[in-house]
Amino acid sequence: MDEEIDTRKINNSFLRDHNYATEADIISTVEFNPTGELLATGDKGGRVVVFQRERESKNQPHRRGEYNVYSTFQSHEPEFDYLKSLEIEEKINKIRWLPQQNAAYFLLSTNDKTVKLWKVSERDKRPEGYNLKDEDGRIRDPTTITALRVPVLQPMDLMVEATPRRVFSNAHTYHINSISVNSDYETYMSTDDLRINLWNLEITNRSFNIVDIKPTNMEELTEVITAAEFQPNQCNTFVYSSSKGSIRLCDMRASALCDNHSKLFEEPEDPSNRSFFSEIISSISDVKFSHSGRYLITRDYLTVKVWDLNMESKPLETYQVHDYLRSKLCSLYENDCIFDKFECVWNGSDSVIMTGSYNNFFRMFDRNTKRDVTLEASRENSKPRAILKPRKVCVGGKRRKDEISVDSLDFSKKILHTAWHPSENIIAVAATNNLYIFQDKVN
Amino acid sequence: MAGADGDDSLYPIAVLIDELRNEDVQLRLNSIKKLSTIALALGVERTRTELLPFLTDTIYDEDEVLLALAEQLGNFTMLVGGPEYVHCLLPPLESLATVEETVVRDKAVESLRKISQEHSPVDLEVHFEPLVKRLASGDWFTSRTSACGLFSVCYPRVSSTVKAEIRQHFRTLCSDDTPMVRRAAASKLGEFAKVLELDYVKSDIISLFTALASDEQDSVRLLAVEACVSIATLLPQEDLETLVMPTLRQAAEDKSWRVRYMVADKFSELQKAVGPEITKNDLVPAFQNLLKDCEAEVRSAAAKKVKEFCENLPEDSRETIIMTHILPCVKELVSDTSQHVKSALASVIMGLSTILGKDNTVEHLLPLFLAQLKDECPEVRLNIISNLDCVNEVIGIRQLSQSLLPAIVELAEDAKWRVRLAIIEYMPLLAGQLGVEFFDEKLNTLCMAWLIDHVYAIREAATCNLMKLVEKFGAEWAQNTIVPKVLGMANDPNYLHRMTTLFCINALSEACGQDITTKHMLPVVLKMSNDQVANVRFNVAKSLQKIGPVLDSNALQTEVKPVLEKLATDTDMDVKYFAQEAIRVLALA
Repeated sequence: MDEEIDTRKINNSFLRDHNYATEADIISTVEFNPTGELLATGDKGGRVVVFQRERESKNQPHRRGEYNVYSTFQSHEPEFDYLKSLEIEEKINKIRWLPQQNAAYFLLSTNDKTVKLWKVSERDKRPEGYNLKDEDGRIRDPTTITALRVPVLQPMDLMVEATPRRVFSNAHTYHINSISVNSDYETYMSTDDLRINLWNLEITNRSFNIVDIKPTNMEELTEVITAAEFQPNQCNTFVYSSSKGSIRLCDMRASALCDNHSKLFEEPEDPSNRSFFSEIISSISDVKFSHSGRYLITRDYLTVKVWDLNMESKPLETYQVHDYLRSKLCSLYENDCIFDKFECVWNGSDSVIMTGSYNNFFRMFDRNTKRDVTLEASRENSKPRAILKPRKVCVGGKRRKDEISVDSLDFSKKILHTAWHPSENIIAVAATNNLYIFQDKVN
Repeated sequence: MAGADGDDSLYPIAVLIDELRNEDVQLRLNSIKKLSTIALALGVERTRTELLPFLTDTIYDEDEVLLALAEQLGNFTMLVGGPEYVHCLLPPLESLATVEETVVRDKAVESLRKISQEHSPVDLEVHFEPLVKRLASGDWFTSRTSACGLFSVCYPRVSSTVKAEIRQHFRTLCSDDTPMVRRAAASKLGEFAKVLELDYVKSDIISLFTALASDEQDSVRLLAVEACVSIATLLPQEDLETLVMPTLRQAAEDKSWRVRYMVADKFSELQKAVGPEITKNDLVPAFQNLLKDCEAEVRSAAAKKVKEFCENLPEDSRETIIMTHILPCVKELVSDTSQHVKSALASVIMGLSTILGKDNTVEHLLPLFLAQLKDECPEVRLNIISNLDCVNEVIGIRQLSQSLLPAIVELAEDAKWRVRLAIIEYMPLLAGQLGVEFFDEKLNTLCMAWLIDHVYAIREAATCNLMKLVEKFGAEWAQNTIVPKVLGMANDPNYLHRMTTLFCINALSEACGQDITTKHMLPVVLKMSNDQVANVRFNVAKSLQKIGPVLDSNALQTEVKPVLEKLATDTDMDVKYFAQEAIRVLALA
């Protein structure tokens, strides 16, 4: 596959369209499964929608790979913690798929407090024939029964069911921001603001605390955990990022409690750039291992950085996502946008990085060619087979045709969550309540 | 068998069959549990041709239903027509062996193992072995993990060509792509090794074992430690050094603490499996390292094994090894930074005294016991106190009493009531070992103080403790030392304390006997019937009911009866109720 992002080759389909969008419809997470055959989204209303990629068909070649709704279910409900007088939102913070173990699919979904393991499975047969009822459901006279009938399974229309298999609760005092499945396929971790817990996927009543950064005196709190992830191939390694812009790598082999990191990735601050906002914008909102496990990407407010696991002192590459906002930090602070948590993703071959921005723009950076592009997820260019045009934001006074001025950016339209198919050039982009899927043009 | 016309006996069976698909899980579960009744009514023919095909496809159900089904099918041989037809049970069990829920899969495998014994050698090769192969090469890892548990049951009973195939399948699964399958294979490695010919153990199993023990996944490597125990028992002593020990040494020094933990946890089994010579040369230094491990979890696991390891050392060199190699490490653990390590050690350290004998105990162990008795963590002190009996046999408890007493007093006054509760439970044991004199002098006050603890559970345990002490020291001792104090509390301004008097009397009357009960306790109880607190009054009624059987009939009639009759007309409902209840039970009406 051609790995360079050629926007002329991308067409798309537009899947979730709520004309009467409410707060509950805002998509809060997007995730492909390990084969890319399924795509799951979670929203603020606690729902999970699973899309399945249509199988290729000969008579409609252009329909290749369209994702259609496969199953929708309510994963979390709003709750109330009576002891602490706190409302627990139903919003799905993260979804992670498990590697497939039988014909059914499994995913973990989490809100602020509770992680759930869901099974999504198909059923295409149903039993028929009763002894005490006839075909229409009328009760038979018991005295007329002269022989026993064993029910027989008959084919029926395909039904997709979602069933909750496990509920992992009561282990987090603070809000869960990440979950990550270990490569041993036996454990996963859940991370809140101050602690990381390790769970066995089969055991719900016990978890082990592996990181705890809570100071004894909460007034001394200076740093929180913002995201955490397992290394994709080594079962004993994980990283977690912090609000101070550092990333810690821990080795679970060394000790049961990983309070002491084995590596600390941190870039020294440039004193000339220091301002009131320095600390806020250096907070890391997302961290992701590359598929190879060699690199990390981190997203802070203005940049995406690539780190080599073998170099702790500074990032290998730094990409500006929307540097034109540097002069606008004051107003972004006032409207709280500066606290937005943008996520970032790798493409299947670790050569391209994607992350979101404002005004329904999202950015892609090609690590090999060093080319970058700004694309827009919007209704106008989301007609089937339409081609995405690169967009440009201009900073100066003169605005060329096709350019958009910084001052006219819409900060309420933000792209926080994106996902990249594990092997193909298909991307899923969540723009508030809409999900856009774009893919390489066929032929 | 199905009758011809309107058979009444069919109705209950018809209900059972219909409820196999009822919406209520409980009803489905009930039906599945009576599957044998259904099969019996259908007869062997219809069970084979209709019921089993239906069950093969019902894998969509809840786990508990599937679990019950998997279990039932293991006992179904006679219901399908005996061993000749037992292979009909394979399809439903095969589909159950691929579900995602581990308990269901394990149960299906267990049933498959069971019915494999009922297959004739021919059927085993024609029906059972192909099933194992299908599972072993299944697309999903659930089926491949299930296959791992089936090799060992069919291997001994098949021809040598099939045996070779089975070995090949097992080899493939040991290097499966997914860690789950490798884990399943590693956990069955020992079991499979047991049924293999010794030559194949040496050629096949050892190489698989070595590979699994150096797997990239920690969770696989740690299972290889378990396999190590079974493999080591199978091999002749002279082969152990070359075939097993390199891997075991490597595991004991693994980079991952979880693997080292597993070695520590299995240390006694490993020790028995490799025999005394290797223990002396290899395991002793390995054990020393585990006791000094940098991870507290590993040290705890090793500390727990100290006694067992020492006991199993070869007799001729036991004392030297302990004194020169083990004891120095143990000494360090006494002042470990982790309280879990210290408390694990405290639970076994006393056991060393029987192994080392009197002189060594006094010289070397006693200082450690004393140090642990002064430990800041209550659990450590409790663990020492709870094992005092081991030391008592060797050197007598008097040696310890100087330090024991402050430790007990401190625990008795610990701020956590669970700690206080734990020490109370050891009081009778301590009293027995320390003797009545020491007890009266030092511990009696403590026991009385617990009676007025502000936590009910402590007061309750304290009364129970008094009863056990009286059983030990006798009624006379009770009359002189504890009865006056208990009865004195009847005048306490706090009604909870007054009630404690009653609870104590309930517990003590029997142990103290008729004389003391009638002369000393009864008057106090009767006097309390005028208490202004209703709770006290109805407890008087309950107490009278309790001590009634100890009293003679004269006292019952002349003293107890009038008081109960008065209480039976009390203004409080509960007092009335318990008084009437007492009158009824004591037959005083």
